[in-house]
Parts: sequence; structure tokens; C-alpha cells
Amino acid sequence: MTPGATGISGPGDPGLSTTAERKIVIGDAGGAPDKDWVIVARGLTREYDMGGEIVRALRGVDIAIRRNEYVAIMGPSGSGKSTLMNLVGCLDTPTAGEYWLNGMLVSEMNDDELARIRNREIGFVFQTFNLLPRASALHNVELPLVYGGVPAAERRKRAAEALDSVGLADRMNHRPNELSGGQRQRVAIARALVNRPSILLADEPTGNLDSTTSAEIMNVFEQLAESGQTVIMVTHEADIAAHAKRVVVLRDGMVESDDRREKFAARMNG
Amino acid sequence: MHLLDAVRLAFQTLRVQKLKSFFTLAGVTIGVMFLIAVVSIVEGMGSYMENDFVAKLIGVNTFQLRRFPMISDASESEWREWVRRPRITFDDAREVAAALPEEALWSVESSDNIPIESRFSRPRALEATAIDGDYFRIRNMEVSLGRLISPQELTLGTRVAVIGEEIATRFFPRLNPIGRTLKVGGTSYEVIGVAAKQGSIFGMSMDRFVITSANAPLQRLVNPHNLIDGMKIKMPTTDGMFEARETVRQVMRGRHKLRPSQKDNFVMETSESALEFWRKIEGNLVIAGVILPAIALIVGAMVIMNIMLVAVSERTREIGIRKAIGAKYRDILAQFLVEATTLSIMGAAIGVALGIILSQTIAALSPLPAAVAPWSIVAGILVGAGVGVIAGVYPASRAARLDPIVALRAE
Repeated sequence: MTPGATGISGPGDPGLSTTAERKIVIGDAGGAPDKDWVIVARGLTREYDMGGEIVRALRGVDIAIRRNEYVAIMGPSGSGKSTLMNLVGCLDTPTAGEYWLNGMLVSEMNDDELARIRNREIGFVFQTFNLLPRASALHNVELPLVYGGVPAAERRKRAAEALDSVGLADRMNHRPNELSGGQRQRVAIARALVNRPSILLADEPTGNLDSTTSAEIMNVFEQLAESGQTVIMVTHEADIAAHAKRVVVLRDGMVESDDRREKFAARMNG
Repeated sequence: MHLLDAVRLAFQTLRVQKLKSFFTLAGVTIGVMFLIAVVSIVEGMGSYMENDFVAKLIGVNTFQLRRFPMISDASESEWREWVRRPRITFDDAREVAAALPEEALWSVESSDNIPIESRFSRPRALEATAIDGDYFRIRNMEVSLGRLISPQELTLGTRVAVIGEEIATRFFPRLNPIGRTLKVGGTSYEVIGVAAKQGSIFGMSMDRFVITSANAPLQRLVNPHNLIDGMKIKMPTTDGMFEARETVRQVMRGRHKLRPSQKDNFVMETSESALEFWRKIEGNLVIAGVILPAIALIVGAMVIMNIMLVAVSERTREIGIRKAIGAKYRDILAQFLVEATTLSIMGAAIGVALGIILSQTIAALSPLPAAVAPWSIVAGILVGAGVGVIAGVYPASRAARLDPIVALRAE
């Protein structure tokens, strides 16, 4: 158990939203949520046309996440969690429903606006790291700043700081293939954080790592959450999800449960 | 993303894929190389024609009266008309000379290949010219040995000759030719002068000639009785040219008894009119010289487009990562467009370098002069850039349109 997981979280935990609060903000359809709510999704629906057959990957998902929350989205394969992640990460737009990110109605945006939102508001961490193989760690971390139009000198400085914060100050000029899996994922985390995003969005971040390295990476997430970073983690592993303070479980394209970790753990064990 | 970042990225990619990039460049390189070489040779010949060739043959402020043009690309029917024209005679020349203002210089000349021999060499047919008037002054011809033929000798037809430098070395090897005898068409002439070196035109020596008086026996060999090849008139300044030509025209029309409705049946060539002929050929050469490299460039563009399409599909995941991180449509478009353009500009730059080397080599190995025109270098680079943009647009827009979710899943 990590230090942040000792049993202080309860109904009064300032880091967590309550079910009642979420109900209120989700119920206000069409209204821009308070600045305190980073993510408000109302009735998110996503359908795919697979050669004439309509596949309903999401069937009206309601989620509200307050700033500084550490949330895991869980579910078996086919539950719609990847689709939800793509929507939350602004890689895709819903067929129906509203998605508010940081007070902006993302569900109505075009591709270039989405690209700008991804650049400024979202830091991605992927299962397969997704680093550019031919670029150094420093250049990989610089990349979001390049697309954000940050001048070269400042870019370098901020990328170096971000790498330093994940403990890779001495690996800046290494290419991904010269780094271990854990180090690669740290580079990816540095890249995700370099633009100071509203949310850190991790998709199975430990899926390609051994258990020791996984614990290491989960520790990094823990610290980030402690320091006030909103973290959303998509995973299908219950023990990884249990690191988050709140767990949303999806099944068949709908939210099955949305609870504090303790409740989730109790149900898993029960 | 800034342009500089895009260019830097392009060079990174090229460095990683050296061999592939080299083959990609080949088409553009060859196209630009031939473009530069052809333009250089045509331009070199052009400046040579204008500054050297025509000036040597005709000269400044000079025109020549002839039956038909010396340099032309006449059609069959024109030729048929020309050969029916009356020939120019000594009597024509005398009357023209009398009508010209005092400051005008004039000469008559007729040449043909005539067997020439000396005691020191076997006979050989070489150009012999029979002249009268101010021939040497119009040509600015001076001697390196001996003296020129005097006006009295010209009038009297004294059997003396001025010879070119090559004739001197050929017929009088390691000897002073002055005072020695040269047989021209069976008649003996005393060599009184060797002309200063005239150089060459397109590799043809201009120092291979024998000059005698038009009143000497040579005249009968180069032209039948009383006929001449042509007459040259030189004015001290450009201003007098027009009037002098009108004077000559009136005299000649009178002598040929032309009615006002009839066209001139003689020509008065200036260096300008001789150049017109060249300009006609030059136009055709430039067209040919542009079409051939254009084919190479089209092939080059297709190769680049193909390579870029391969690059886009190989780097689908990279594109997905970039888009996830915030690259917009135009960022990806610019990345691949700049990459294609950088490739083709590099190809063009190599082509420019090779083109310069090629044209200098041709200039060194053949009599063709070649001057590399600065504009052709600029044009070569611009053409390279254009090829890159044209070849890059389609692959780049395909890359930029990729769905990030699909692209991220690619392997």
C-alpha cells in the first residue's frame, strides 16, 4: 500500500466528489459546469457503422470528474472503455451527448479545435509508450511544445525540467530503444505533463511492464495525484484500478458502478 | 509548427534513410543536370555568336552586299528564287563605291578552295580570297611578319600574297615565309606578309587563308570573269549605316532595273540580320533542351510521390502519435510537404552542380562554348522545389487526413 492509500479518504475527503454532487452537475443538461469540474459527460453515446450494422459502443454514459480527482475507468474488453477514453481524450467526438472539458463543449468541435485541445488540456500515457523511435527522449518530450508553438529555447528548458521531474535527467539524449520499459514510460509521462495539461489520461499504462516496474509507475501516478494533478486511468486490471481513489466500472457501454476505492475493493472481495 | 522545425525534421528523416533518399533524388537530379547543361550550352553558343562569331565574320557598323544571305535556314523555294538572282559584278561594286560617302570603307571579295603548294610541302586545296578596296582596314587585319598588300599592288594585280599563320607554318615549316614563293592555282605569288593570329570559330581555324589582289590571276579561278562573291561596306559610326544602305539599295535596284513593285534581288546583311538566323535556331534548341529534362523531372516527381506514399504508410503510427499530442491538419501536411520539397531541392542542387560540371566538361572537350547562366541555376532550384511541392501534396494530405485513433493502432 502506498502512503496516499491509508484510510483517510471518507465521505469528507476534499479530493473526491460525492455521488450527490455529481448527480447535480450531470442533471444540468446543456449548462456549462462550474470551473471546478474538469470533465462533465452527459449521456455520451458512440455508435459505429460496421458495414451497415450499427455497433453501439457507448449507450449514454454520465461521468463527472472534479479537479484533482484520481479516477480509474475499468471494465472488461468490449465494455466501451477504449471508446470512452478516445472521447475523453478528444481523439473522437460522440454520436450523441455532451462532453464538457474544463468548461469547453468539446463534443461540438472540429478536428483542428480538437487537436488544439489535445495539445493544451490532455496528457496521454499509452500502454505501448508511443514514443518516436528515432528521436531522443528530450525531443520526444519537446514535441507537444513544438505543436503548441513554444519557442525553441523555452521548449528545451521545459522538456528538460519535465524529464528531471520523472528522474531521467541523465537520459535526455537517449533514444527510446536505449531505455528500459519503465524509463520509456517515464519519458511518456514527462511528455504528457510538459504542457501542464488539465488531465493526465493513461491507457493501460502498466500493460507492457513487469510488476516491479508497474509498481514504480503507479507510484509516479500516486505522487502526481497527491500534488494536485487530475489523473484518469483506463485499465482492465482490478488491482491497478485499486490505486485510484475512485473507480468507474463500465459494462456493455454503460456505467455499472462509480464508487470510492474502498467500496469498489469491498465489492471485488465480496 | 514552425517552418524551421519542419525542415530540421526533414533532414533528420533523410539522414536516417540515406540510400532510399539517394534513389529518390536521381530523377530530379538528372532532370536539373540536363536543364543546366543544355541552357549553358545554348547560352554559351548564343553569347559566342553575338560577341565573337558574327563580329568576326561581318564586323561592327558593317554590312555586306550579297546575292543571298551568307547564314540562313532558307527553305527550298527561297533557294530556288535566290539562285535565279543576278550575280554581283565588279561594275556593280564600282558604281556602289562611287555613290558612297567619302568616309565609308568598302571592299570586294571572292573566295574558293584552290590548290596551294610550295617547294616545302605537298599541294592542298585551301581557301584563297581575291580582294580589292579597304579589305584589311574593314577586317582590322594586321601582319605579324612583313607587310600588307598596298593599294597600288591591289590595282595593278601584282602577284603578291598575304597568308594566314597556319598557311605559313604548313607551307614554310620553320622558315621565314617573307619573300618566298607560294603557288596558288598554278600561279606563283611572292609572300609579303603573314597575318596576325585570328583564332578560331567553333573549332575551325581562322588562320587558314591566302589573300591576293582581285586583279591578280587568282580572280579568274575563284569567280568567272567580272563576278564577285560580295562587297563589304563599313561606316565609321552606326548613324551612317541606314543612309549608306539606302544609297547602295538605290544603286543596285537601278542596275538590276527593278520596278518599284519588285522586291530587292540582293541582300544587305548586317551582323544583326545574321544573328536573327541564330535566334531562330536558339529558340528550337531551348525548346528541345527543356522538353527532355522535363520528362526526367516528371519521372522524378512520380518517384518522389511514390516514396512519400510509402513513407506515410510506414509512419502511420508516428502520425497518430503526433496528432494525439496536438498536431493539426496543417502541421502534418507541412511536415510531409517540406520533406518532399527538401528532398527534391537537394536533388536539384546536386543536379545544378553536376550540370555545371557537365557543361564545363563539354566546353573543355569540344569546340562548343558553354557559359553557365546564373538564372538557370535559380531556375533549376525553383523547378526542384516545384517538383517537390507537386509530388508531395497528395501524400502529405493523405497523412494529414489520417484518423488519429486508427493511426495509433497501426503497426
